[in-house]
Amino acid sequence: MSVKSEPITINLGPQHPSTHGVFRMRVTFDGETIIDLEPIFGYLHRGSEKLAEERTYTQIVTLTDRMDYVSSMLNNQGYILALEKLAHIDPKPRGVWLRMIASELQRIASHLVAIGFLIQDLGAWGTPLTYAMREREKILQMFEMLCGARITNSYLRPGGVFMDAPIQFWDALSEFTEHFPSKIEELEKLLSSNEIIFSRTKGIAVLTAEQAINASITGPILRSTGVNWDLRKSDPYDYYDQVDFNIPTHTAGDNYARYILRVQEMKESLSIVKQCVEKIEPGPVRPHHDETPNLVKPPVGDCYSAIEGSKGELGFYLVSDGSISPYRWHVRSSSLINLTLLKDMLVGTLFGDLFVTFGSIDINMGEVDR
Amino acid sequence: MFEFIYNILENILNLFVSEFKFQNYILTFIAGALSAFIVINAVLGGVLAAIWGERRLLGKFQQRSGPNRWGPMGTLTSVADAVKVMFKEDIVPEEADKYIFNIAPLLLVVPVFIIFSVIPFGVGLYAVDINVSALFILAITSISGLSIICAAWASANRIAIFSALRSVAMLISYEIPVGLSLVGILLISESMSVMDIVIFQKVPFILLQPVAAFVFFLGSLAEINRTPFDLTEAESELAAGYQNDYSGMKWGLFYLGEFAATIAASSVFSTLFLGGPNGPFLPGIFWLTIKVVAVWFVIIWIRATWPRFRIDQVLNLAWKGLFELTLVNIVVTSISVIIWTDSDPNRLLYIALFNWIFTVPFVFIIIRLLKTKDYVEIKEPSLIYPVGSEIPKFEKVGK
Repeated sequence: MSVKSEPITINLGPQHPSTHGVFRMRVTFDGETIIDLEPIFGYLHRGSEKLAEERTYTQIVTLTDRMDYVSSMLNNQGYILALEKLAHIDPKPRGVWLRMIASELQRIASHLVAIGFLIQDLGAWGTPLTYAMREREKILQMFEMLCGARITNSYLRPGGVFMDAPIQFWDALSEFTEHFPSKIEELEKLLSSNEIIFSRTKGIAVLTAEQAINASITGPILRSTGVNWDLRKSDPYDYYDQVDFNIPTHTAGDNYARYILRVQEMKESLSIVKQCVEKIEPGPVRPHHDETPNLVKPPVGDCYSAIEGSKGELGFYLVSDGSISPYRWHVRSSSLINLTLLKDMLVGTLFGDLFVTFGSIDINMGEVDR
Repeated sequence: MFEFIYNILENILNLFVSEFKFQNYILTFIAGALSAFIVINAVLGGVLAAIWGERRLLGKFQQRSGPNRWGPMGTLTSVADAVKVMFKEDIVPEEADKYIFNIAPLLLVVPVFIIFSVIPFGVGLYAVDINVSALFILAITSISGLSIICAAWASANRIAIFSALRSVAMLISYEIPVGLSLVGILLISESMSVMDIVIFQKVPFILLQPVAAFVFFLGSLAEINRTPFDLTEAESELAAGYQNDYSGMKWGLFYLGEFAATIAASSVFSTLFLGGPNGPFLPGIFWLTIKVVAVWFVIIWIRATWPRFRIDQVLNLAWKGLFELTLVNIVVTSISVIIWTDSDPNRLLYIALFNWIFTVPFVFIIIRLLKTKDYVEIKEPSLIYPVGSEIPKFEKVGK
């Protein structure tokens, strides 16, 4: 007796518990094996890039908050760096150190979210996620001290930051840097020796360095394939050339490598924060408005500036026509570009690997669709 | 329980009706209905408590408070939930096969309650005593797979079909190790009746049959679809799996069936392996409750901590791991039963020692064989590709 079988096509999303937002995939299965996958974007498109053309340069900072809402500080930093490059603004040292502290804390928070949700996608119901969220909460409280907002910070301004950090921020920060290594260990103890996590992540959705470079994939995913590429080292912005840190790399290029790399990157970020706290000196946090007017009018021209975001190279392209708002603003969002290899990574794997891989790429739909 | 109620009713009736021809049949029916009523309500109460307890415990595991609004410490939350579920709109999808769609939740719930009919709640406190009740339990538990595939097929949902196929594959695979793991017990106690097994257990069977207990526990986790085998309703993959299209009380019945199945699995495990109602000082029902809660706690603990397996790993574990372990266990137990017969005063001690020595090492062998192959991590980045060969550096041009 022969049994007739045919592939089955399923729409996963846009409403699905683990698509990390409103992402849709049209997946074709042969049994449990994925034979085709088509990602469909655009459900969270809010026209940020177009909106920016109607806003002044300082107002655009609020738009960047809402792109990748788990790493707002990094988005702020990327945009402000582009603006400073375009308008030739000299940042104040204290402001730069403060925004480095803020962005490294944000990187830790973003990686915590990534790890927490990756383990959630693996099926560990809630516990690792709440452990990760508990640490993220402390960082968000520090952001609240810095700028009064937790998620949509808008903390950075051209030439520095919005205001100096209050005294209690430094207390909270020193407590955090003291306790966080033990919390990473706790998370590692819970997860990094778990046989189920090994079996679910090791050797799954392997990406080679060639593939990753050809698709211009950046961030932890590129470094997990063994390529030692981090914009903080290779094209240092702010004062990253004055701090000492390593770039963790892994050669496996699979889900486990991407997961464990983020854990190591959190440790490096913490050491950067510690060095920044040592090096910071009193002074103004941003230029006085005599030096840099609040209504920035960059000269006619364009510029591209990129930072190492939590998910990869986060680039901002600004075109100025000399007015108070940009003629064109384009974002090179790392989430979108990191998603492009989804099909190559997933074809041939099983249904269970789909969302694990998706979680290990760590995308944010706010940034993918902008 | 049945005899107890029957005798009371008979005594009461004898006061009024001296010669009633069919009183035996009527009394049997009434006594049976009464004992069913008691058992079902006990289980339903247990389910309400279990839902609250599970949510509360998960809250503690996850460093949050859990349900705390209704009643003291949120104890009435599940009551409120039950009322809400009953009054919700009952939606049947247009393409659904209505009859099967409606009957599927019942198919899941009823067998779970039937299991409790053969569980002795105390020595002599049981609804029915069937002489093959261990086999009966195994047979009844497999009906839940039928319910899941009915629900998925009837609701005409592709995601549900995935869930149902996974469920059936798991059920077929895990029935075998679960069934075979009981053979050791049956060989030692020389009876298939749960009541006899309970009476036999002056020493809990988990000490005599450690590997069988391990296999049975994992197998029952798989059969009730609990973490790490919760593939049928893997939330992050299949949303709610086979119950995607259910709402209102039908969904409530699925929920009820699952929680009742958890209690049933803990009861069966504590009856067969932990001595059931046997225990010093306290009455049997208390000992059974304590043991059931302990097993149930372990199930929750696993749920709060572990990720889930993938479908191929689940099936590998059943066929390449647990199945072999049960075979080893059967061989070892048979030999020990032949060597030390009933006449030996220290029979159980020898059987236990023999079992521990010859079966437990196999668990470690199986774990080693099934372990994920660790790859050799190359510390230095490879030099094949141009960019990664060294840290590249841009020259800064101008401002």
